[in-house]
Amino acid sequence: MTLAPGTTSTRSAPAGTAAPSAPSTLDRPGMTGAIGSSRRRPDGVPKVRGEFAFSSDLFAEGALWGQVLRSPHPAARILGIDSTRARDLAGVHTVLLAADVPGSPTYGLDRKDQPVFASDVVRYTGEPVAAVAADHPEIARRAAALVEVRYAPLEPLVDPAKALEPATPPVHPDGNVFRHISLVHGDVGTEAPVAVEGSYEVGMQDQAFMGPESGLAIPDGAGGVDLYVSTQWLHVDQEQVAACLGLEPTEVRLHLSGVGGAFGAREDVSLQVHICLLALATGRPVKIVYSREESFFGHVHRHPARMWYRHSADRDGRLVKVEARILLDGGAYASSSTAVLSNAACFAAGPYKVPNAHVEADVVRTNNPPCGAMRGFGAVQVCHAYEAQMDRLAAELGMDPVDLRLRNALASGDELITGQVIKGTAPVAEVIRACAAAPMPMPDRQGALGEDGGRNGVGIGEESEEMALPGGAGRSADARRVRRGVGLAVGFKNLMYSEGFDDSAAAACRLERGVVTITSAAAEVGQGLVTLLQQIATEVLGIEKVVVAPADTGIGSAGSTSASRQSWMTGGAVEIACRRVRNRVLEIVAARHGLVAGLLELSGGKVVAFDGSLAEDLETALGDEVVEETVTYCHAKTMPLDGNGQGDAHVSFAFAAHRAVVDVDLDLGLVKVVEIATAQDVGRVLNPLQVVGQLEGGIAQGLGLAVMEEIVLEDGLVKNPSFTDYLIPTALDMPVVRISSLIEEPEPGAPFGAKGVGEPPTISSTAAIAAAVRAATGLPLTRVPIRPEHIALGGD
Amino acid sequence: MTGAIASAELSYELVVNGRHHDVNGALAGESLLYVLRNRLGLPGSKNACEQGECGSCSVLVDGVLVCACLVLAATAVGREIVTVEGLAGPGELSDVQEAFVENGAVQCGFCTPGLVVAVHDLLGRLPDPSELEIREAISGNLCRCTGYGRILAAIDEVRRRRLGELP
Ligand code: FES
Ligand code: FES
Repeated sequence: MTLAPGTTSTRSAPAGTAAPSAPSTLDRPGMTGAIGSSRRRPDGVPKVRGEFAFSSDLFAEGALWGQVLRSPHPAARILGIDSTRARDLAGVHTVLLAADVPGSPTYGLDRKDQPVFASDVVRYTGEPVAAVAADHPEIARRAAALVEVRYAPLEPLVDPAKALEPATPPVHPDGNVFRHISLVHGDVGTEAPVAVEGSYEVGMQDQAFMGPESGLAIPDGAGGVDLYVSTQWLHVDQEQVAACLGLEPTEVRLHLSGVGGAFGAREDVSLQVHICLLALATGRPVKIVYSREESFFGHVHRHPARMWYRHSADRDGRLVKVEARILLDGGAYASSSTAVLSNAACFAAGPYKVPNAHVEADVVRTNNPPCGAMRGFGAVQVCHAYEAQMDRLAAELGMDPVDLRLRNALASGDELITGQVIKGTAPVAEVIRACAAAPMPMPDRQGALGEDGGRNGVGIGEESEEMALPGGAGRSADARRVRRGVGLAVGFKNLMYSEGFDDSAAAACRLERGVVTITSAAAEVGQGLVTLLQQIATEVLGIEKVVVAPADTGIGSAGSTSASRQSWMTGGAVEIACRRVRNRVLEIVAARHGLVAGLLELSGGKVVAFDGSLAEDLETALGDEVVEETVTYCHAKTMPLDGNGQGDAHVSFAFAAHRAVVDVDLDLGLVKVVEIATAQDVGRVLNPLQVVGQLEGGIAQGLGLAVMEEIVLEDGLVKNPSFTDYLIPTALDMPVVRISSLIEEPEPGAPFGAKGVGEPPTISSTAAIAAAVRAATGLPLTRVPIRPEHIALGGD
Repeated sequence: MTGAIASAELSYELVVNGRHHDVNGALAGESLLYVLRNRLGLPGSKNACEQGECGSCSVLVDGVLVCACLVLAATAVGREIVTVEGLAGPGELSDVQEAFVENGAVQCGFCTPGLVVAVHDLLGRLPDPSELEIREAISGNLCRCTGYGRILAAIDEVRRRRLGELP
C-alpha cells in the first residue's frame, strides 16, 4: 500500500477465513491475490485525461437546453401563471407547467408527496414551478425569468418544534409529522446514582458533490425516452419518472453517465422528470446542467437535529439507562425522512451496552428545504449528541473518557436498544483501543518533537509553524492564546437497507473469448465499486481481463448506491455469478476431455487439472462458446420495528473511532484541525488504497460538519447557496489522517467478509472534533458546526 | 429581446492545445469554460461552480493558471490556451496524471482535471515545494471525495520523481 508520509496503516491479521456466500469445495479465497490488493480503478485514466463523460459532458446533435423556474418563497399560494412572454422569446421551444404532466403529478422515494411542478401552493424556496427548453442555456435562463408567477406569500412554518404542535396548520394535506418513533427498551423506570443531561443541535449540511445535477434526455421517436443521468439508483428513478410521464417503465430507459460524487444527494429525483418532459414535448434531445446555486436548491440536505439526552449510570461507569428526545427537520417533502428517523432512533444510544432506553423521535414537515439522505444519515446526528454525553458522564464520574467507552462497548452477542442481538462482528473495544493508542501528532504546542520528528502534519520550522496556526499566518490575535485539545468519539451504523426493505441486487457475468464482462445497474459514484467488481471477478475466475459494462436499466435493479451496501450486495451478486460461470466452464471442459470437473480449476486464464494432465488456455478450451450467468442476490431478511421500536430491523453494523487533535484560537474562535486518527471495523479490506480514500474523504465531510459547513436559513430562505458562502474543507483545512488500524474480522454472510466502509468515517469524526474543541476551550459547545463566535463569545 | 441576443453574436478564433478553432455565432457573455465545453468539444475542464470558487475549470492561458469560468472567451483570442486535454499526447499520461491514477487521488474525478492542471502549474514554477506550499497551491481546487490525502501523496511522488529522488 502506498501511503503519504505521516500516514500509517497497520492492518490486524484476519481473525478467520472469509465466509463465501456460495460455498464450494473448490473455494480458495485469496487464490489470485486480486482481493486485498490496491488495484487501479479502471476509470482512472479517462478521468485524469479529462475524457471521462460526466452527465454534464454529454452532447447530442440538435440538443436543446432546459431550465427550471423555482419558487422564491418558502410558502405561498400560486394565484396564476402566465408563460406567454417566455414562449414568445425567440429560441424558446416549450414552456411546461403542472398541467403538462401527463402522468402522476407527484413523486417521491417513500411517499409520492412532491409535485413535479407546483400548481396551487409552493412549500419551500426553490420548489420547481415551470420548465423551459431553448436553443441556448442563456435563452433558457432568460425565458424562465419571463414566466410570470403571481404568488400570495404565506407565513412559512420554519420551526420544527412548532410543526409538532397540534394547533399548527398542516403544510401539506398529509400533515406535518412524517414519522414518530417511540422506542422503549428494558425498564425505563430504572434510576441510577449518576445522571447527566444535555441538549444538542446539528445544522443542515449539504452533500456538495462537485458534479452538478445534469443529464441528457433523448426521445426515441416512439413515445419513449432514453435518459442519461447521474444517480445513485437507476431503477427507483425509472419507476418515478415513468409514473410521472404516464409511460411504462420499459419506455423510459435510464443510463448511468459519469457521476461527480453523490453522498446521498442523488437518491432523490431532481431533474429526471423535467428533462424527460421537455424532450418528449419538443421531440428533441434536451440537456440540463444545474448551476451551483441551483444545485443547492435541487437536492435534499442532511436533516438538522435538536436532541435532548439523559444518561444514567452506576458509579463504576456502567450505563444503566439512556433517554433521548430527537427532533429532525424534514423540510417540505418526505424524501427518505422515515428511514433517517429510524436510524436516529435505533442508534440513539451509540455502540454501547444499554439495558434500558427510552427514545421519543420525530421527523416533521416544515417550509424549510427538503432533507433526506446524506452519508451516515440519522447516525451522524445522534453520534454528536451521545458522544458529547459520554464525555459529560466521564467528567461527572471522574473517569477517563476512553475507559468509560471501553467499559460499555458493545460486542458481538450483545443487544442493541432495539432488542436486536448483534450476530455479526462488533469490534467496538478494538476500534476504541487502536484509535486511542495512535501516537500524538508533533510538534505539539509545547514545542516537543515527537518520535516521527515532526513529519506528521504540517512541517515544523518557524514560518510553517505560523502558517499552521488556526486561520493561517498573521490571523491569530495572539499566538500564546492558541490552545490544543484532544477528543475521541466512537460511532456506528447499519449496512444495507433496513426494517423489511430488503432490496436485492442483480448482476451478470459473461465469459467470451477469455474476456469477462460484468453487467449490473449499480451506480459507480466515485467510490470505486467498478474496481471492486473487477477484483471479485478476477479473484473467482482467475482471469485478469475483466470489463465492467456501463450501468443501465437493461438488467434488474442493483438497489441504491447508499447505506454502504454495494460492495456487499452487487459484490455478492457478482461473486455468485462468477462462481456459477466458473463451475459451468469447468463442467464444459471436463466433459470435452472426459475428466471430472472437481479436479479442474481456473487459474491465470487457463483451465488446469490438479494432476497436471491439463493446462489449456480458456480461449482454446471454450472456443466460441459463451458462458453467462445472471444472479439476483438477497441479504438476510429484516423486520420492521414494532410499536416500541423493537425488532431485528438491521442486517449488519460497522463501527469506527476517531481521535481529533485541534488548535483553537481562543480570541478569534478559529479552529485548526491538526490531525485525525482513526480505527475502523472493515470486515476485510478488499482494496487498501480505496479504503484509505473512503476514510479520508468521509473524515473531510465530518470535519466540514464539525467546524465549517451549514446551510444557513432565515425564514425559510437559503442565505448561502454558493461555494463562496458555503465553505467545504480545502487542502489547507484538511489535516493528515492517521489510520491507526483497519480491524479485519470477517463478517459472516458478507462476500469475502467485507463490510461497507463509506459511512463510518463521517459518523464519529464530527463528534471527535467537537470534543477536541471543547477540551481546548472548556466551553460546552453543544451545537455543530461550531462557529468562531461560539468560541470567541463563549456559548452556542 | 430577440434582437438583443442576436446582435451580440460573435465569431472569433481560439488557440487551444496548439490547435486553431473557429468559434461562430457565440454570445458575447460566454465564458471560456462554456466555449471549450460546448462549442469546441473539449469537456475535460469541469463546471463544478462556474463562479471561480472550485478550480475544477482550471486551464492555462499564456502560461498563467486561471479559472476558465471567469474568463470571457472572446478575451482569450490570440492567447495560448492549454487544457487538461493538452497535457499529454494521445494515449499518453503526463507524470502528474500517472501519479494521480497510481496513488488513488481519483475518486469521482470531477475535481481531477482542474487539479492536474494546477499541479502541472505548481511543479513547473516550484520544483521542490514544501507540504504547506503544496496545500496552499491546491487550496483553490475543491475536492469533495478524497479529503486530499491521496492527492497530496500523488503530488509528492511527482515532486520526488522529478527531483530524481525516485526511480
Ligand atoms: S467552475 Fe470555475 S472555479 Fe468552479
Ligand atoms: S474526486 Fe470527486 S471531487 Fe475530487
